[in-house]
Amino acid sequence: MPERIEPLAIAARSATSALGHGLAAQLEALRSGRGGLRANDFSSAPLECRIGRVAGVEDAALPAPLAHWDCRNNRLAWLGLQQDGLMDAIAGAIARHGATRLALILGTSTASIGATEDAYRRLDHGRFPEDLQRPEIHTPHSLAAFVADATGIAGPALTISTACSSSAKVFASAERLIRLGLADAALVGGVDTLCDSVLFGFHSLELVSKQACRPFDAQRDGISIGEAAAFALLERVDAAPHAPRLLGHGESSDAHHMSTPHPEGRGAQAALDDALARAGIGADAVDYVNLHGTATPRNDEVEAKLLPRFATRTRASSTKGFTGHTLGAAGALEAVFALLAIEHGIVPPNLGCSEPMPEAAPWLALQPSPQRVDVALSNSFGFGGNNACLVFGRGAAA
Amino acid sequence: MSTPLALCITGIGAWAPGAPDWQSLQAIVRGEAAATDDAPARPPGTILPAAERRRAPDGVRLAAEVAAQATGMAGIDPATVPCVFASTHGELAITDYVCETLAQSPLELSPTKFHNSVLNAPAGYWTIATGCTGASSAVTAHHRTFAAGLLEAAAFACAEDTPVLFASCDVASTGPLAEMTCTTLAFGMALLLRPAAGHGVRLNLALHHGAAEPVPPVTMPAVAGDNPANAEALALLSLLAGTKSSNLRLPLSSGLSLDMEIEP
Repeated sequence: MPERIEPLAIAARSATSALGHGLAAQLEALRSGRGGLRANDFSSAPLECRIGRVAGVEDAALPAPLAHWDCRNNRLAWLGLQQDGLMDAIAGAIARHGATRLALILGTSTASIGATEDAYRRLDHGRFPEDLQRPEIHTPHSLAAFVADATGIAGPALTISTACSSSAKVFASAERLIRLGLADAALVGGVDTLCDSVLFGFHSLELVSKQACRPFDAQRDGISIGEAAAFALLERVDAAPHAPRLLGHGESSDAHHMSTPHPEGRGAQAALDDALARAGIGADAVDYVNLHGTATPRNDEVEAKLLPRFATRTRASSTKGFTGHTLGAAGALEAVFALLAIEHGIVPPNLGCSEPMPEAAPWLALQPSPQRVDVALSNSFGFGGNNACLVFGRGAAA
Repeated sequence: MSTPLALCITGIGAWAPGAPDWQSLQAIVRGEAAATDDAPARPPGTILPAAERRRAPDGVRLAAEVAAQATGMAGIDPATVPCVFASTHGELAITDYVCETLAQSPLELSPTKFHNSVLNAPAGYWTIATGCTGASSAVTAHHRTFAAGLLEAAAFACAEDTPVLFASCDVASTGPLAEMTCTTLAFGMALLLRPAAGHGVRLNLALHHGAAEPVPPVTMPAVAGDNPANAEALALLSLLAGTKSSNLRLPLSSGLSLDMEIEP
C-alpha cells in the first residue's frame, strides 16, 4: 500500500458543461435536478441519440494573438478559463511562484480531432484546406499547448490521454511533481468536445443509447456523449488553507480487455485502495461517491460491486445523466462536482434512474438532498482498462 | 532549483526500420554498422498473444516490442512495473482511416479501429499482454513529447519509489494528415528506470530555468525520420551508446529545460 501523502489545496476550480458556464450554473442544476441533455443536433450525419452540448462554444472567439489555435476544443477551453476568476487565480499563482514553477497537466481523449475531421471533409486536391493548415491543432497536445499560451504557464506541460480516466490522472501527476519540488503549483483539468469520432465511434461499439442515459437503472442501455471544460489550480495547503483539498489518488490497470471492464472490478478496487491509502482514511470515512456510472450495462454492473465497500450512509451517484459522458473531461468535471458537494453541502442526484439496480440501490442518491459532505470520492474508468480514483476533503475551518 | 531526480537505467529497447533492437541501433549510432536491409518492415511485438497481435495496429506492436526488449534486458517481470507510453501523434494511420471514413460514410466506422485509435491503445494492449495491474499512462506534448514524457515517468519512479517502464514511439503517417505531422518513419525506444542508485547506467534529471536550443534534426534520417521526439530520443540513445559521462539539455517550455546527466 502506498504511504499517506500531504494534501494539496484546490486553490481555484471551475467547470463548464451542458449545465452551463461556471460553478453557479453547475450547482443550480445539480441542486434542482435539471439535466442538460438534448436531442443530437451536432453530428455531420444524422444519429439518433441525446448529447450534452455546451451552449455558446461557437461564439467564444479567441483573441487575435491566440487565433492560430482556433478550433472547437480550444474555444471550449477558452470559455472554461473565463469562468469563476480562474485567469486571475492563475496570474496570482504565477506572480507568487514564477511562470516556470507552475506545471500544466491536462487530460483529453480526442483534443481537437474535430478540426482534423473537418479538414478531411473539405480536402482541397488531397490537401488540408488553407485555413486548417496549422500543424499545432492536428495533434493530441493541441489543448495543453493552447492553454499554456493563453495563461502564460511555462512549467512542465503534459497531456494525459488515457480515454475516460485522462483528466482524473492529471491530479495524480501534478501531486507527484509538487511533492518532488519540481513545481510549486499546477493547473490541471480536462477538455473534450463533441466530434464525429466519438459519436460514430461509440455508436459503432453499440454503446450509445437512443435516450438520455440512465446510470444504474435496471433498463440502462448505453451512454449519452457530452462535452465539458473543467480546471483546478493545485497548490500547497499553506497557500490556501481554507480551500478544499486533494487528499489522495489511485491509478491502476485492469489487464483484462480493451473495451470492457474486468468482471470483478479488479482494477477499480485497486485504484480505490490506493486512493484511500494515500488519503490515510478508510472507506467508512467517505460521505459521497461520484461514480463513473456511464450507463452501459457492463460498467455499472461492475462498478456496483465496489459499493459494499462503503457504509450504507455513504451516498453515491453518477452525474452523467446531467452532462452526458464527457470522456477525457469527465475526471476533472466530476472532481469539481465532488468539490461542490463538500463546499455547498449537497449530494447530486443520480439523474435518469427510475428503476435502480438492486445491487446499487442502498447507496444511490435518487433525489437532490442537502447533506454535509466532508470527504468525497470520484471514480473514472477508461478504455484499455485504465482506472483512476480521487479523494477530496474539506479545508481548515474559516 | 529543485533537487535532481536520481535514477538508473537497467533496460533499453529500440526499434527502427533497419535497426530491430538496441544492439543493432547501438552499432549504427557508433558508426560500426549500417542499417540492415533485411530487417522486418513491421515491429514483431511477439509479446502480444497471437489474436491480439493480429488486431493490434503498428503503433501498438512497436510499443510492445521496445517495452518487451527493455523489461527483458532488465530481467524484470513487466506485471509489476507501472508504465508511461509517450507518443507525439498516436496511431497516425488509424487517425487517417477514422477521419477519411467519417468524411465519406460515418456509419461504417469500424469498432475495432475506433478502440485502437485512443492514445492509450499501447498501454492497454501492453497491460493486457503482460498482466500489469499497476498504473499505466499515455502522454503527449507535441514537439516536447520525449522530454516531457521522460520527466513524467521519472517523477513517478522517484515519488512512488518503484521501477517504471518508459516508452516513446511514433509510427509513420499516411494520407492528407502526413503534411501536418512530420513523422515519416516508425521509431520507438523504451527505458526501464529505477529510482536512486543501483546497477546500470546512472541518469540524473534536473530542471533548468531557462530555454534550451532544440536538438538539431536527426543526424540519421534513415533511422528515425524527421519527428522531433525521435530526434531527442536518438540524442539520448547516442549518449547511452557511449562510454563516457555526458550531458544533454532538452527544452520543456519557452523558459524551462530538462537537464540529463549520464554516467555509464
